[in-house]
Amino acid sequence: MSATDDLKVEQDYKYGFSDPEQFVFKSRRGLDEQVVRDISKMKDEPDWMREFRVKSLGYFNKRPMPAWLNNQVLNDIDFENIFYYLRSTEKQATDWNDVPDDIKNTFDRLGIPDAERKFLAGVTAQYESEVVYHSIREDLTKLGVIFTDMDTALREYPDKVKEYFGTIIPPNDNKFAALNSAVWSGGSFVWIPAGVKVEIPLQAYFRINAENMGQFERTLIIAEPGSFVHYIEGCTAPVYSSDSLHSAVVELIALEGAHIRYTTIQNWSKNVFNLVTKRAVAHKNATVEWVDGNLGSKLTVKYPAIYLVGEGARGEVLSVALAGKDQHQDAGAKIIHAAPNTSSTITSKSISKDGGRTTYRGLLKVYEGCENVKSNVRCDALLLDDLSRSDTYPTMEIDESNVDIGHEASVSKVGEEQLFYLMSRGLTEEEATMMIVNGFFEPFTKELPMEYAVELNRLLQLEMEGSVG
Amino acid sequence: MAESIPLLKIEDLHVQIEDKEILRGVNLEVKRGEVHALMGPNGSGKSTLSYALMGHPRYEITSGNIRLNGEDLLDMGPDERSRKGMFLAFQYPMAIPGVSVVNFLRTALKSVRGQDVPIREFRKDLREQMAALQMSDQFISRYVNEGFSGGEKKRFEILQMAMLKPGIAVMDETDSGLDIDALRVVSDGVNRLRETNPEMGVLLITHYQRLLNYITPDQVHVLVNGRIVRSGGKELALELEAEGYDQIIRDAQASDAAVVLPQEVTV
Repeated sequence: MSATDDLKVEQDYKYGFSDPEQFVFKSRRGLDEQVVRDISKMKDEPDWMREFRVKSLGYFNKRPMPAWLNNQVLNDIDFENIFYYLRSTEKQATDWNDVPDDIKNTFDRLGIPDAERKFLAGVTAQYESEVVYHSIREDLTKLGVIFTDMDTALREYPDKVKEYFGTIIPPNDNKFAALNSAVWSGGSFVWIPAGVKVEIPLQAYFRINAENMGQFERTLIIAEPGSFVHYIEGCTAPVYSSDSLHSAVVELIALEGAHIRYTTIQNWSKNVFNLVTKRAVAHKNATVEWVDGNLGSKLTVKYPAIYLVGEGARGEVLSVALAGKDQHQDAGAKIIHAAPNTSSTITSKSISKDGGRTTYRGLLKVYEGCENVKSNVRCDALLLDDLSRSDTYPTMEIDESNVDIGHEASVSKVGEEQLFYLMSRGLTEEEATMMIVNGFFEPFTKELPMEYAVELNRLLQLEMEGSVG
Repeated sequence: MAESIPLLKIEDLHVQIEDKEILRGVNLEVKRGEVHALMGPNGSGKSTLSYALMGHPRYEITSGNIRLNGEDLLDMGPDERSRKGMFLAFQYPMAIPGVSVVNFLRTALKSVRGQDVPIREFRKDLREQMAALQMSDQFISRYVNEGFSGGEKKRFEILQMAMLKPGIAVMDETDSGLDIDALRVVSDGVNRLRETNPEMGVLLITHYQRLLNYITPDQVHVLVNGRIVRSGGKELALELEAEGYDQIIRDAQASDAAVVLPQEVTV
């Protein structure tokens, strides 16, 4: 079938185009052990990984759908209708000229090669299930930095992968982590040697092109003692009339004194279920920051987590979500203080409009004996109209008394008086609303590299157009 | 523009909020370059007039007219009025979290002028105006009115006025909550702007006379119970300061009883 047959044009989603579907291998629809074994065989994987996959499929089948989510929407996922693996090209390119034209065309339109030239230290581009392009600056390779796709890493650095893969998020952690563990493909493997600071960001770009596609990338970042890395991921997909599924697993390990910042700008089209498990471990004096922006998708379920396991470790989750019509952003954060003198910050900002729905779900846990823990949690929701909805479910489990915990939550509406004030300075109602929205997201935007901040503001503007008046 | 057309002309303005009539026929004319002071006791409708002039959606104009340079403002939203040259210095300016002062000013200036302002010209003007208002450079990166002291808010309103250079500035109790030093800085700002923009009209809305020691009005009007009951020169403000509003209120009530009540009965 042609993927473009029932392409539905959605005006405000710039990335809704699709290219003709082409593949060198595509699994049949649906999921069973044979599909999982086929994927593993295609990839010529070692036995341990094949068994890991098969075992994970068992967990996935056994686990019921979580009942506490938006099941009205979640239960629409037809696992039997999804293609779990699609390889579009035989060979991974290290030069954009070697990427097949259709695929290259897609990434050109998304501006990736341009961005790489201008301000990135390395790029991987994943198209459907496989990474089709990959590059890293030579000076970083010389320093021993590894930045490659997960499949290549499994072949070329089997010991490193085996040591850490699935250790932070075990396959039976939750239903979607189990699914990813069974059918994972692509994603990034990053290893930063001790003391190396990668000052400019590494970027991965994820693109779903085919209809009813499942994308299950798997990312693992290990920062050795005293190192630093900023990893950025962006995601888009075409607009189809039926749904696609994105279910990633991301594991971060920050060893003593290391610093990992992981930035996401998720802008899936509104027919993508985005069910992602992200978790990090921060060792002694290490820092982990999740900077997580969720604009697109039909339903996003994602709570980036940080386990602070060494003294002096620091964790921060900074997230924004925008939910429009027929969208539900169920996002949040989990921070586990498992060592004394650890500190954390959670800042969550969400905007709901045109009947969209946002949910903040958070967990803050401090184990007994973890003295001098400091944590500050702040969730702000902004509603742009009476049709929209926002819910906050903060959970705190504090088993130590010598701690300093702050929590603030607010739900507000764009006020008539704020609009009047801005309009009295010449701004139209639309411009005034946009200014209030941009200001609301400012604590997030200011943490992004400039190019991304500009892009985010532009995306917000597209989302906001026509939603006033 | 023909000399005979006044800058601002308010005719028989009736304004109500949620079915309660606040202004009951206000007439006022401000010519180019003039300063008018509108005084009156609390609750007389002073702030209502300022909001109605700017076009607040909750202030319903039931009859009468507002013309700016001869143009009817009533069908215009606040943004359009602003582009026509109307400016309101708010008594209670709103905080806009996350929006920096500099971004706000640049956007406002672009909106009012209808085109982008060259960054160099903008910066130069901003630096000069801020220096004159004794504002520090760090101020521009703060968020609009967030955590501002009362004095900072008022200065920022004047800074906006100085940057936007309106045709007419309505200043709603800009003197309230200011100590004497801040009052001087703010009034100097207004006077300086009048010197550089001699055509600008000013409508000063105030409860107290003291602001008028610094900004000299051409005319003083007294608003009581939704109507201007007396107008005069600047000496009227001194008279009010000495005698208070009591006598004027009593007179107004007496004339309401005599003239207005029969009319209201017929409504």
